[in-house]
Amino acid sequence: MKFTHIALASSVLALAATAGSACEISARVNIVGNEFPAIHSVADAAKECTGGEVKANLTADHQKINVAGMTGNPAEYTSAIIANSSIVALMNEDVIRPLDDLVAKHGDGLQKPQLITIDGKIMAVAFMANAQHLVYRADVLEEIGVEPPKSYEDLLAAAKMIREKGLMENPVGGAYKAGWNLAQEFNNMYLGHGGSFFEPGSAKVSINNEQGVAALEMMKSLSEYMNPDFLTHDSNATNAEFRAGNVALMNMWGSRAATLADADGVVQEVKDHMAISGPLTVAGGSDAASTLWWDGWTVAKNIPDAEAEATFVALTHGIRPEMLNEETEPQAVWLIDGYEPTDAAQGVFEAVQMSTSPYPMLPYMGLLHTALGAELSDFMQGKESAEQALADAESAYTAAAKEKGFLN
Amino acid sequence: MKHRTFFWFFLPTGLAMLLFIALPIVSVLFQSVHTPHDAVLVTVENCGPFGCKEETTIDQEATRALRDAEPLGKFVGLQIYFDRGHLAVAEVAEAWRSTDSIGAFLGEISDLPFYRAMGFTLTYTFTVTPLLIVLGLMIALAVNSLNRHLKGLVIFFSLLPMIVTPLIGSLILFWMIDSRGVLGSALQYLTDDPTLSLKASTGLTWVMLIIYGVWHSAPFAFVVFYAGLQTLPQDQLESAQIDGATRWQRVRYVVVPHLMPLVTFVALIQLMDNFRVFEPIVGFNAEAHATSFSWIIFNDMGGETRLLSSAATTSVLTILGVAVLLTPVLIRTWQDFKGKT
Repeated sequence: MKFTHIALASSVLALAATAGSACEISARVNIVGNEFPAIHSVADAAKECTGGEVKANLTADHQKINVAGMTGNPAEYTSAIIANSSIVALMNEDVIRPLDDLVAKHGDGLQKPQLITIDGKIMAVAFMANAQHLVYRADVLEEIGVEPPKSYEDLLAAAKMIREKGLMENPVGGAYKAGWNLAQEFNNMYLGHGGSFFEPGSAKVSINNEQGVAALEMMKSLSEYMNPDFLTHDSNATNAEFRAGNVALMNMWGSRAATLADADGVVQEVKDHMAISGPLTVAGGSDAASTLWWDGWTVAKNIPDAEAEATFVALTHGIRPEMLNEETEPQAVWLIDGYEPTDAAQGVFEAVQMSTSPYPMLPYMGLLHTALGAELSDFMQGKESAEQALADAESAYTAAAKEKGFLN
Repeated sequence: MKHRTFFWFFLPTGLAMLLFIALPIVSVLFQSVHTPHDAVLVTVENCGPFGCKEETTIDQEATRALRDAEPLGKFVGLQIYFDRGHLAVAEVAEAWRSTDSIGAFLGEISDLPFYRAMGFTLTYTFTVTPLLIVLGLMIALAVNSLNRHLKGLVIFFSLLPMIVTPLIGSLILFWMIDSRGVLGSALQYLTDDPTLSLKASTGLTWVMLIIYGVWHSAPFAFVVFYAGLQTLPQDQLESAQIDGATRWQRVRYVVVPHLMPLVTFVALIQLMDNFRVFEPIVGFNAEAHATSFSWIIFNDMGGETRLLSSAATTSVLTILGVAVLLTPVLIRTWQDFKGKT
């Protein structure tokens, strides 16, 4: 047994060496990014490079520091790992550089869809996809004799049956914490109703409409079946409820699916019967009530070319096909050549097939997201009407957009 | 002291104050009357893993030209102060016109972020401050009358709430009052209401935050008052005792007047501290029910698209608020000081 392990390990090492994936860089690399297992794996792989120091600062607060950390000249961070929402803040401040030359020189292993092209210039390299989709308990649905829901209406009906049968008091989970999470759930639901956030080609917001009201009403109906503390539950707290066996149906991030049943103290039934399917539709629509996300990396603008090249080489090494192994494969839906989807990736793949909308990459979307997060909680608590909440969000956004110079 | 001597004596301190207090305030003031330039937007084609799409982006060349022409940004005067995120002048006027009772007017106003934050901040400040002074005094009197062998231990334990960082303290309490936590379950059992949740109701959230605030700051008042109690005029207390004053009368007529300057000091510090209430709101995830000025600043600076002018404006308004709040206490201190000289 021990012998085979060693033999296996040495053959992997030999393979790595022969694959010519040794990574040699000549300058410093400093990465800032979010904190979850897939990103740790990328950063760890980048750290294999020799010749220059590779540092990484991975923290949930990355968005509070990445713009500031890349604004100086020379910039503190040579790369920020971002998603389609957060690249906008870096683009707005003009702190990342086009990568066309570097892709031509060092980007042989990269696939075309990985290259994020804005106005004809490659600005980032994506390495994973993410989306929110249905996570459910197969045993509970079996007990009430219901197929896994395809729409939010089905989900509500199932939740009602579960409660009436006395199986669970609050069978629905949702990351509805006031702020970013709540706004994201609204975005999903609003897009599922076929809504659009802005008047075409302008920064003028338009969400106080039929779809907006319908989206909020659906969220309210769902919250009736949630833990009463739902306005304080982010995705961590929602997962904890699911792990404890208190929740049977929830809309959850694909990047969480692989590790959902892994933590200490997870109830055995949850481990045995957790299942995943694609995102739900709503109100008879065909578009999924979800958004598609990619995570990728960028290279800072205000650094010497040598550092930019070293950063590009190290991070390309970080997402090369050889970094995929038993441990890293289930961590994400990798946009890397040779990646074989695991069971945990099924939901995100279905989201891609269901023509789910990507999260809009607009310079002012972040302002709307913040405004929604602050203004929708009054409606969820029953303190005001849906129309009033949407009107509040619109005026909060408009004030912010005027300040930032997006609106006059 | 001669003026010359005083000048050289005070110079280093004065410079430090200028550098670390006055200049930042000036810079915040400056920022609050400027906004970023108008963004020049262009429509471009974006491509990625999910296909290509026409999207809007900022024209960096054109924006840089604007920025170089006016490096400070656009001067907007008091526009940010009056917008919906702050004093909301237009919205308040509209609410005044469209409502027919004070209650309805206040209801409309409390929907605006600044006034909602003001409502909680002032309630918090004016309940927590007196409560913590009373509680601190009670603990100090109790500890002072303990046997001296016990004192050290009791003082140590009484100070613990202050040693815990506010954010961590509130997070611990947050999980204890969860409907599945120790205190939450106990409350559900005691009230015989399995649906009771402290975190789901605005009123209970406020009560919780206020209790937390008192719990956290009472040790500070306690320690100050306890130090003050060590300087009690013993002759006066003894003569009061001989005259037949009860324990309560001695506290009321001798101890409290003796501690009055310290009460002013604690009130001054705590009014300021409580006006800046922030960590408990984050720790208790309470932003759906309660916000404060500091929280608004945090929220403006933490978003994906930072609202720096807005944050600066709220900071200036907070400084003004603290100044207004402290004026009565400062006047009192000044009068005490003049009375003594």
